[in-house]
Amino acid sequence: MLKKLLAVAGIVVLVAGCGTTPGPEQPGAAVEDRGAKPITAPEVKTVTSDQVGEGVLPPELKDPKNILSKRSVYFDFDQFTVKEEFRPLVEAHARFLASHPKLKILIQGNTDERGSREYNLALGQKRADAVRRMMTLLGAREDQIESVSLGEEKPRNPGHDEAAWAENRRADILYVGE
Amino acid sequence: MYNPVAFSKPIIDMRRFLRLLVAGCAMLAASLAHAQLTIEITGAGANRLPIAIADFQGESAVGQDISAVVRADLERSGLFRLVPGAVTLSESAPIAYDDWKGRGADALVVGSVLPGAGGRFEVRFRLYDVQKGTALGGLVYTMAAAQARTTGHRIADFVYEKLLGEKGVFSTRIAYVVKSGARYELQIADADGVNAQTALASREPIISPAWSPDGTRLAYVSFEAKKPVVYVHSLASGKRHVVANFKGSNSAPAWSPDGRRLAVVLTKDGGSQIYMMNADGSGVTRIASSAGIDTEPFFSPDGQYLYFTSDRGGSPQIYRMPVAGGSAQRVTFEGGYNVSPRISPDGKTLAYVSRNGGRFQVTIMDLATRQTQILTDSAKDESPSWAPNGRMILYASEIGGRGVLAAVSSDGRVKQRLSVQAADVREPAWGPFIQ
Repeated sequence: MLKKLLAVAGIVVLVAGCGTTPGPEQPGAAVEDRGAKPITAPEVKTVTSDQVGEGVLPPELKDPKNILSKRSVYFDFDQFTVKEEFRPLVEAHARFLASHPKLKILIQGNTDERGSREYNLALGQKRADAVRRMMTLLGAREDQIESVSLGEEKPRNPGHDEAAWAENRRADILYVGE
Repeated sequence: MYNPVAFSKPIIDMRRFLRLLVAGCAMLAASLAHAQLTIEITGAGANRLPIAIADFQGESAVGQDISAVVRADLERSGLFRLVPGAVTLSESAPIAYDDWKGRGADALVVGSVLPGAGGRFEVRFRLYDVQKGTALGGLVYTMAAAQARTTGHRIADFVYEKLLGEKGVFSTRIAYVVKSGARYELQIADADGVNAQTALASREPIISPAWSPDGTRLAYVSFEAKKPVVYVHSLASGKRHVVANFKGSNSAPAWSPDGRRLAVVLTKDGGSQIYMMNADGSGVTRIASSAGIDTEPFFSPDGQYLYFTSDRGGSPQIYRMPVAGGSAQRVTFEGGYNVSPRISPDGKTLAYVSRNGGRFQVTIMDLATRQTQILTDSAKDESPSWAPNGRMILYASEIGGRGVLAAVSSDGRVKQRLSVQAADVREPAWGPFIQ
C-alpha cells in the first residue's frame, strides 16, 4: 500500500518536475552569518530565427540555356579580381539589371575554410565587391546591387581538399525575391 | 548506493525514492538536451595542490552531491589534486589535522546541507589549511535543490580564490555555436559544459558571439537575412534587436569594457572597416580609414585601445590604435598570418591565432617583451577567448574533421577538450565573472 502511494506520488512529482520549463530562479532570503548569499542561476530563453520570403522573377533567370541562369564567379587562391572567363557572365547580369531597373541583386562573396572566420568574411567581401564594381562599370546602377559576404560559412563543397576549396572561393549572384 | 535496510525506515525510503525520481528527471532532461558538452582533461599543471573535499552532511537530500561538483571543478582546473578517502564531515565537525596531514592533504573542505524554510536548503561549508591547522573561512548559501550545481561552483570559486589568490571561474558561463546538420544553435552552458541552454536556433550560420561585460547580453552575427547582420540579444528575456544592418556586411562586434559601446566592422562605405556605435546601434561613427581590410576589433581592458586584424601591410597582421583616434601601430611581425587578437583581462598578454607551416595555432605574446609562444599542437585553431581570470584560453579546434572546443592555460600546461556528440562546436566566448 505504502509502495503504491509512493509510486503515485512519484509519478506526480516526475510529471510536475520535468514538465515545467525552468522559470527564473527566485533569490531567497539570505541566512547570514559570514556573508550568506542566495544562489541564483541565470536563465536563457530560446528564440528561433525567421527566414526571408520569396517572390516572382523573370523566367530567363532560371532558364538553363540562358547565361543568366549561371550565377557563380570563381576566384583563384588569395585572389580578388574577376577572371576573364567569367566576364561574359558578369556582363550579362549587368546588362539585365540595366534593362530591368526595378530588379535588385545580392552578391554573396565566399572563401575556403582556412583561417579566421571574421577575416574570411572580409576576404569574401572583397570578392563580392570586385563583381559589384565590374557590374556598375557595365551599366548596372549602384542601388541595384548589394555586395555582402558569407565568408567560409556556406561552403558549396564541404570537403577539406584543394578541389573543395576551389569551389568555395567564389561570388554568387542572387536576385532579390529568389 | 542502494541500501535495502532503508526499506525498514519509511521516511528515508520516501526520501531515497524522491531522490531517484529527481535523478531520473535529470537524466530525462539530459537526454533531451542532445548537445551536452563533455570535458576531457588532457594536461595538468606542474604543481597541483592536494586537497580533500569531504562529502557534505545531508547533501543527498538535494539529489546532486555538491561536494562532487566542487571536486570536479577543482580537479578540472588542473591546479588541484584530489586526496582520496570517502568520508562525510559536517560543517561544524572538529578537524583531525594530523590525520589529514597523514593522508597528504594541504587543504580540507567540509560542509552541511540543511533543510530550510519554504523547501529551500541552507548550505554551509568551511575550508581548512591542514598544514597550518587553521580555518581559512567559510560561507552560508541558501538555495533551491535545483541550484545544487550552481552552489557547488560558488564553493569551488571560494576555495580556488582562498588557496591560489586569484578569482575562480567555475561559476562563469560560456557561449558557443553548435552546428548539427543544417541547424545552428547559439548555446550557453556553465563553464563545466553542463546545463547547456539554447539562446538562438537558426537555419543559417551564427558567428562571433561576444558577451556584454555584465554577462546579460550577447552580441553576435547572424546570417538569417542572407547576409551578416549584428544583433544584441538579452539572454534572460530572449529579446534581441538588430544593431547593425547596413548595406553590405555587418560583423565582428566587440563590447567596450563599460558595456556602453560596440566596435563593429561594416562595409557600407566600401571595404571592411571599423566603426563605433552605442550598444543600441545608434551614433555610428567610423574610427579609422584604411585601403585594405580592417576587422576583428577587440578592446584593451582599459578601453583606450582597439586591437584589430588588418592586411594593410600585405598580409593579415595585428595592429592597435587609440579608440579616440590616431595612427595604428603594428603589433605582430613574425609570420605571414596573425589574426583574431584578444587581450588578457590584465591587459598584459595578447592571444591570437598564427599560421605556422600551414597550421593555425593559438599563440600568445607578452606585450611588454614582445616574446611569443605557441600554446597548442593542433592545426585548425580559431577564435581564442580568455577566461575572466586570465588563467585559461578557450578556443575552437578540429579533431577528426569535427569541430570541438579546447582550453589551454596561458602557460601551456593545463589542457582540456570540450566536445558535443555528433555535432560541430565552434565560436566559443567565455563569459564574465558572475556579479
